[in-house]
Amino acid sequence: MASDDKQIIYVDNNATTRIAPEVRDAMLPYFDEKYGNPSSMYTFGGKIAHDIKNAKEQTANLLGATPNEIVFTSCGTESDNAAIRGVAESYPDKKHIITTKVEHPAVLNVAKYLERRGYEVTYLDVDSKGNLDPDELLKSIRKDTVLASIMWANNETGNIHPVESLGRIIKEHDIVYHVDAVQAAGKVPINLKDSPIDLLSISGHKIHAPKGVGALYIKRGTRIRPFLIGGHQEHGRRGGTENVPYIVGIGKACELAANNIENENTVVRKMRDYLEKRILDDVPGASLNGNAENRLPNTTNISFEFVEGEAILLMLDREGICASSGSACTSGSLEPSHVLRAMGVPFTRAHGSTRFSLSRYNTMEEMDRIVEVLKPAIIKLREMSPSS
Amino acid sequence: MWEYSDKVLEHFYNPRNMGDIDDADGIGEVGSISCGDMLKLYIKVDENKIITDAKFKTFGCGSAIAAASALTEMIKGKPLEEAEKITNKHIAEYLDGLPREKMHCSVMGREALEAAIADYKGEKIEHVDEDEGKLVCKCFGIMEGKIRSVALENNLRTVEDITNYTKAGGACGTCIPEIEDILTDLWKDESKKKSAEPQPVKEDRQLTNLQKINLIQETVEKEIRPQLIKDGGDIELIDIEGNLVKVAFRDQCAGCMSAQVTLKNFIEKKLKEFVSSDITVEEVVPD
Repeated sequence: MASDDKQIIYVDNNATTRIAPEVRDAMLPYFDEKYGNPSSMYTFGGKIAHDIKNAKEQTANLLGATPNEIVFTSCGTESDNAAIRGVAESYPDKKHIITTKVEHPAVLNVAKYLERRGYEVTYLDVDSKGNLDPDELLKSIRKDTVLASIMWANNETGNIHPVESLGRIIKEHDIVYHVDAVQAAGKVPINLKDSPIDLLSISGHKIHAPKGVGALYIKRGTRIRPFLIGGHQEHGRRGGTENVPYIVGIGKACELAANNIENENTVVRKMRDYLEKRILDDVPGASLNGNAENRLPNTTNISFEFVEGEAILLMLDREGICASSGSACTSGSLEPSHVLRAMGVPFTRAHGSTRFSLSRYNTMEEMDRIVEVLKPAIIKLREMSPSS
Repeated sequence: MWEYSDKVLEHFYNPRNMGDIDDADGIGEVGSISCGDMLKLYIKVDENKIITDAKFKTFGCGSAIAAASALTEMIKGKPLEEAEKITNKHIAEYLDGLPREKMHCSVMGREALEAAIADYKGEKIEHVDEDEGKLVCKCFGIMEGKIRSVALENNLRTVEDITNYTKAGGACGTCIPEIEDILTDLWKDESKKKSAEPQPVKEDRQLTNLQKINLIQETVEKEIRPQLIKDGGDIELIDIEGNLVKVAFRDQCAGCMSAQVTLKNFIEKKLKEFVSSDITVEEVVPD
C-alpha cells in the first residue's frame, strides 16, 4: 500500500497487537530444540508438559484463576464458540440464551446459529452511551435460560460492562455465565476468584502474543461438552496435541500483561486522553462515541460528521497511520457498525466513526503526528462533502 | 482492505473538479449520507450542447470519491449526447476497475450524471422512460426498475452482484427473496439477455490484462462451451499468455477428428470476434 516506505504508527491494537520481543524469545526454542510431545513418557517430552503447566500458571495469574481452570484454544473465537455451544449442549432441555446487541460476531453469530436450531435468544439493548440496563437483564431471565454471555469490554468503543454485578443477578438463577474478555484482558484488572463468572474467553494476539492462540477459563465444576474430541489433552476437553510454542507465547504475554496493567491505566491512558482531547478540540465536527467515564484506557472512538470512515482511513494510511472505522465501507457489509447502531448513533455520524486503540508501544510524539495528519484530512474531506 | 487500483487511489488523493458551480445548468444529486454515500454533480452546458465544466461534491468512501472525480473528467468537453451514453462500466473502466463490492460507486456516478442532464433538460429528476416498479430495498430505497436496469446493463445474475452494484439487499436482507424473484423473472426469457451478453468487438479496444482474461473467460463460458456441450463435447480453459489462449478438449471433443477444425474455425473465431483480433488459440494435450 501507499505506506510501504513510511514509519508505521500503529493505533489499531484492538484489532491485533505486535508480538512482544519477550514473547517471541520465549517461543523460539519450541520451533527448534524443544520439539518433544508433552504427552510422552520420557523427560524430553515431559519437560514440555512442564512448560505448558507454567503457561497455565501465567495465564491463571492474569485472571485470578487456578491453572486447572485454563484450557488453551486456537483463538478468542474458538473460546467463545466452545463456551456457548459447549454449555448449550450440556443442558439440552433449556432453550433460552441471553446476550447483548453489542457483542463481537464470535458471540453474536453463535447466538444466531443457535436461534436457527430452536433456541430463543434475548439480545439486551444498550443506551446511547453503550450501557446495559440491569433491570432489562433481570426481566429477560426465564426458567429455561441456560446461558448468559456478556462482553467485559466492547472492542469498538472500549465501553466496560459491569460484568461482576450483572453476574450476581445471573447467578441468583440457575444460569451459566460466560464473559468475553478478549478486549479487557491486560487492560483492566480481572480476578475470577469468588467471581460469578463461570467461563471467560481471552485471545493471545490482543495482548502481544501471536495470532493463533487463545484461552478459555472454565470455573471448576462447570458442565461443558468437550470442544475437540480426541486424546486426554486439556483433561479431555480439547483433544489434540498442544500448540506448544503458542501456548508458551500466550503464557509469557499474560505474565507481561499482568505486570503492565498499571502502566496501561496510567501511561497509555494519558496518551489516549491526550490524543482524544486534541482531536475533539482541534478537528472540526468531531464527537466522542461511548461512555467517557467507563472505558478501556487504550480506546477512543470518534465520529467526524459529514465524512466517511474509509476515506479517513485511506488518508491516514498514506501517512503510515493504522486505525479502524465502524463505517459501512470498511465493514464489508453496507451498514455501519452494529455497536454504534445499537447505541442509536445517527447514521450520519456512524459512517464517519474512527477508532484509535493504543498500546504500550505507542509514544506521545505519535499522538501529535496523528492529529497533524488527521486535521487537514478531515478538513479536506469535509470540503468535499455535499452536506458541510 | 480493498484492492484499489493505483488510478482509484490517485483520483481519491487528488480529486479533479471538486467543488460546486454557482450558476450550474444542471445539478444531479443522488444517495444520502445516511445510506453511506452521496454525490452531487454540477454541469455547465453551452449553446452547442457541450458540457464545458463539471464539478462534484461527495460524501463517501475512497472509490465513491474517485468515481466522482473520474466522471467529471470523462464528461468535461463532451457533447451532451455523448455524455449520455456513459455507463457505470465506463466509469469503472476509466479507473482501471473497481472492487466488485464497490461497483455501486460507479452506478451512483452514472445516476448523478443522468439526474444532472435531466435537470438541465428541465425533466423530472426521476427516470421518465423507465417503469420504476415498486420499492424493493427499504433500507437503501432501491426500486425494482433500478435493479432490473442495472442487472441487464451489467449482466448480473446473483443477489450478491445486485447488492454490489445497487446496495439493494445489503442491510437487513429482508428483500433478498424479492431480488431473487426479480432475477428469475428477468433472465427466464433468455432472449432478453442478448443485449447483455458479451458483444462482438467493433474495433480493437485497449484492454487491461485483467479485463482481457475476464472477457476471454466470459466468452468461453457463454459463447463457446454451450455450443460444444450441445454437440456432446466440451473444452476447458487452461491458461492465457498474452494473446495466446490455451484450451484442452474434453468429452466428445477429446480425440475427435475434427477438433482442430473446431479450434480454429469456431473457438478462435469467437474469441477474435468478442475479445480481440489478436487472439490465437492452441490446444494443450494432456501428458
